Amino acid sequence: MGDAVAVHGGHGDAHAHHHPDLQHHFDTLEQQHEAATLGMWLFLITEVLFFGGLFLAYMLYRVWYPVAWAEASRELDIVLGAFNTAVLIGSSLTMALAVRAAQTGKQRATVVWILLTMTLGFVFLIVKYFEYKEKFEHHHVPGPNFVFEGPEAGPAQIYFSLYFLMTGLHATHMIIGFFIMAVIAWMAHKKRFTPEWYTPVEITGLYWHFVDIVWIFLFPLLYLVDRAGHFA
Amino acid sequence: MASTPLTYLNHEHSVASWLLTKDHKRIGVMYLVVVTLAFFLGGLFATLIRLELATPAGDLLSNDDYNKMFTMHGVVMVFFVLIPAVPAILGNFVLPLMLGAKDVAFPKINLLSWYVFVIGFLFTVYAMVTGGVDTGWTFYTPYSSRASNSNVMMTGIGVFITGFSSILTGLNFMVTIHRMRAPGLTWFRLPLFVWAVYATSLVQILGTPVIAITVLALAVERGLHFGIFDAALGGDPVLFQHMFWFYSHPAVYIMILPPMGAISEVIACFSRKSIFGYSFVAFSSLAIAIFGFLVWAHHMFVSGISVYSALVFSFLTYAVAIPSAVKTFNWTATMYKGAIWLKAPMIWAISFLALFLVGGLTGLITAALGVDVHIHDTYFVVAHFHFIMVGGAVMGFFAGLHFWWPKITGRMYSEIWAKVAAIVVLAGFILTFGPQFILGYLGMPRRYHVYPDEFQVLNVLSSAGASILAVGYLIVGIYLMASLFKGKHAGANPWHATGLEWTTQSPPLPHNFEVQPIVTREAYEYSSQEVTVG
Amino acid sequence: MASRVDNLYFFIVAVTAFFAVLVSVLVIVFAAKYHTKDPLAVGQPIHGSMPLELAWSIIPFLISVVIFAWAADVFFDLQRPPDQTIEIYSTAKRWMWKFQHLDGQNEINELHVPVGRAVKVTFTSEDVLHSMFFPSFRVKADAIPGRYSTVWFTATKIGEFHLFCAEYCGTSHSGMIGKVIVMEPAAYQAWLAGGVGSGSLSQRGEQLFNDLACNTCHRSDGSGRGPSLVNKFGAPVELANGTSVAVNEAYVRESILTPQAKLVAGFQPLMPTFQGLLSEESVIALVEYVKSLRTTGGGGPRTASEPSATAPATPQNK
Repeated sequence: MGDAVAVHGGHGDAHAHHHPDLQHHFDTLEQQHEAATLGMWLFLITEVLFFGGLFLAYMLYRVWYPVAWAEASRELDIVLGAFNTAVLIGSSLTMALAVRAAQTGKQRATVVWILLTMTLGFVFLIVKYFEYKEKFEHHHVPGPNFVFEGPEAGPAQIYFSLYFLMTGLHATHMIIGFFIMAVIAWMAHKKRFTPEWYTPVEITGLYWHFVDIVWIFLFPLLYLVDRAGHFA
Repeated sequence: MASTPLTYLNHEHSVASWLLTKDHKRIGVMYLVVVTLAFFLGGLFATLIRLELATPAGDLLSNDDYNKMFTMHGVVMVFFVLIPAVPAILGNFVLPLMLGAKDVAFPKINLLSWYVFVIGFLFTVYAMVTGGVDTGWTFYTPYSSRASNSNVMMTGIGVFITGFSSILTGLNFMVTIHRMRAPGLTWFRLPLFVWAVYATSLVQILGTPVIAITVLALAVERGLHFGIFDAALGGDPVLFQHMFWFYSHPAVYIMILPPMGAISEVIACFSRKSIFGYSFVAFSSLAIAIFGFLVWAHHMFVSGISVYSALVFSFLTYAVAIPSAVKTFNWTATMYKGAIWLKAPMIWAISFLALFLVGGLTGLITAALGVDVHIHDTYFVVAHFHFIMVGGAVMGFFAGLHFWWPKITGRMYSEIWAKVAAIVVLAGFILTFGPQFILGYLGMPRRYHVYPDEFQVLNVLSSAGASILAVGYLIVGIYLMASLFKGKHAGANPWHATGLEWTTQSPPLPHNFEVQPIVTREAYEYSSQEVTVG
Repeated sequence: MASRVDNLYFFIVAVTAFFAVLVSVLVIVFAAKYHTKDPLAVGQPIHGSMPLELAWSIIPFLISVVIFAWAADVFFDLQRPPDQTIEIYSTAKRWMWKFQHLDGQNEINELHVPVGRAVKVTFTSEDVLHSMFFPSFRVKADAIPGRYSTVWFTATKIGEFHLFCAEYCGTSHSGMIGKVIVMEPAAYQAWLAGGVGSGSLSQRGEQLFNDLACNTCHRSDGSGRGPSLVNKFGAPVELANGTSVAVNEAYVRESILTPQAKLVAGFQPLMPTFQGLLSEESVIALVEYVKSLRTTGGGGPRTASEPSATAPATPQNK
């Protein structure tokens, strides 16, 4: 490995032009920003693999049990599902606008857009609560109390196991997102962000968009299995 | 005594300064403490196993207790020793130094990864002391989801949590390597240890989430009676195996790639020349990481997969062996016309070569479909993976530990005792696991608490070897501890090695370098102009 | 077959031993020959050699391909029983192996077979994963709940040989062992003849078929609400969704336990399920009965001593 040819001292010592948001182990804000966004993208890739295991199981069983999948899917409320999809896409829009506001130095607008995002997220979860409640009342929660008419009861229980796992995992990610957004909103309220440094807003945006994209896959896979009336 | 220089060890002393540190070096040391504890715990379970197996009858432990022993031995060793050892200890300590950086990209996340690791470990230990778990570290359904009466969920939660530690470490290292290399440190000037850690990070990021979701699905199936793997509902118990091994096979590359990286460093230094075929060794790490994701079902040849699947996976398994062979040949060629300085790290590295060779080559046997039908789930497989995991990964870890110990602690250990320990461990290891190849081909299945009399002689040899192995490891612990108090002070570069980490003092400053290093040379440029002597 | 496995094994061992010795010797020779005590000495800066890299990548790869191909060939034959075999059924449960012969004998943890004849064991698990392992015959397959697995072998020596469970299954996994008792053909016939109480396996199946009223819908003249089962086993059948499926053990089992899963074309989904009402052994008896429903000469229940399992028609690969 090379000799350490010690040239003039690096950034670390000169505090004069040291941006207050530059962490000490980075040399420039740009390097720090690139590191943060790369880190968040890598984390999102892990999330793809995390949900991926469930998507794999879903695909396998759907191919094996198309009839059960169709029957079970028809038990979900397509109106509520579609409404929730629109709500979540809307929350991605408000999130993007929050990032834009931070980028242009509009601190108050940033707070407002983040709070709107959280509100839409709450709406989603409230609808989800009612959906889960209905499932509980119809004995569609897997386990000893599961009841399903007809010969497809076994695979239908597998469908609902995956339904609850996938949507439950998604909802958990949303709840974690609320905590993160609360912190970011607070920071924006305290005027912490500048056009030179708004990285936390940006990476929170990335996370929230990912949560939205997962739902965009979940909705058709879970709710729209056989709505056209015929199956393969 | 002259005024002691400022180091990362002495600049702050309080407990809080350790537990709230963001210094990658201190975090590396804290990982060393926990991993060492885990190693002794796993070793305790191994001791009980080998004691029981010295006789054919089940006279030391009950059935259930024995089953818990091998399960917990596997869980502790895989998740709390082999996966984190080199990356989280040596990688954390050395990587930023090697890159000429002040720290990793996300120091707070680094500290978080340590806490996550400790919490996962505590959950798992709690599961063990409140009754244990007896499913085997592989947790196959339906036994784990329906039949076992042990602490499956608690252990699963512990493993689930610990997985995030691995993910965060991999993520941190990847960003660090991409974004924090010193000026002039291009990719092909990087030490091979960095390439190895980079490839490992790829696997940690892509693979670990899958075990996480698998364990979560298992916990939900067991606790809430969801039925994803339940045959009575039409579910497929073999699906669990696919999901489990999709991570757990690449996991073995998490365990072996970093030690291989350490071996590259040691062999280069103690042959006083560049690693032969640098780019081939670098790319082989990436090839192993990528191909490693394509071979998982070679653990399932007799589990009910189709003949055609088995063909594909067997072929790919041979393919993934080739990069490892390439590395081994390159290491050997490095020693040709080298100036071989037989210090302790080199002795450990040579032991690694011998044992990894056998372990890897026996993989060719297990990959052979017609043979694997016979030896699957027998002691042949147990011997194969212990040769790689212990003979390879642990030996590689020790080689790296002995190499970087002076840098980490500022002290030299006893050269004589280190060499003695290496020989004792080598001999003990061969006696422990060599006979197991024969036992396996003769038909002794794994995870057997009692066995037919005809297998006793080989089992006694194996147990005898285990006692020697244990002594060897204890010797290591003793002289390394002793070095902290009585060891000679090491200078900046006691091994006259190349590498940015050797250009700074031992132990390093809290912020690593006084001035930003700038790199102008290739890796491993040993030449007649000597490297900085410290 | 066992010797084929051994030959393959020892070949690979020889190859691996060669490389292990080669590399070890080189390492030791280099360590000795180029040893120095001078910490400032340096080695010769040889950076690499493309020809060498290619050589030691390609040659091991070619050797691997040879091993792979040879092993795959052995594997194919291990997985494909010959056409004429003695058929045994088995169920694994914690912690025992239950064997059912066609003639009706049931054994637990013991399996009597004649020497020199191919034997095929079809088995499943009643609870968790197990694995049927006969080390002397070099065969093994996992027993999976909900599925049938098979192993086959031809014993070449008289004696007793191990049966082990090779997939961890809980407390008495290492107690789930048994033995294969290989007998002279005459002694085997004698053993078969004695101790037959409850009739052959397919006779048991026929009994169940009638007791459970399967015969009311599955009439042999095709006049019932379900298809006739005569001559159906072993041939494909067309399903209501247009695809076709082979009528094998797995299909018969599935049709008993989840009748609507693969409905035969031209029939209504009327059949009730017998899930939870039948043990795996009873299912096996029914499967064997359906297999035996043939109008071609030699119909009636199949037995172990039937000419269908004559002196091996194909030369045995040993």
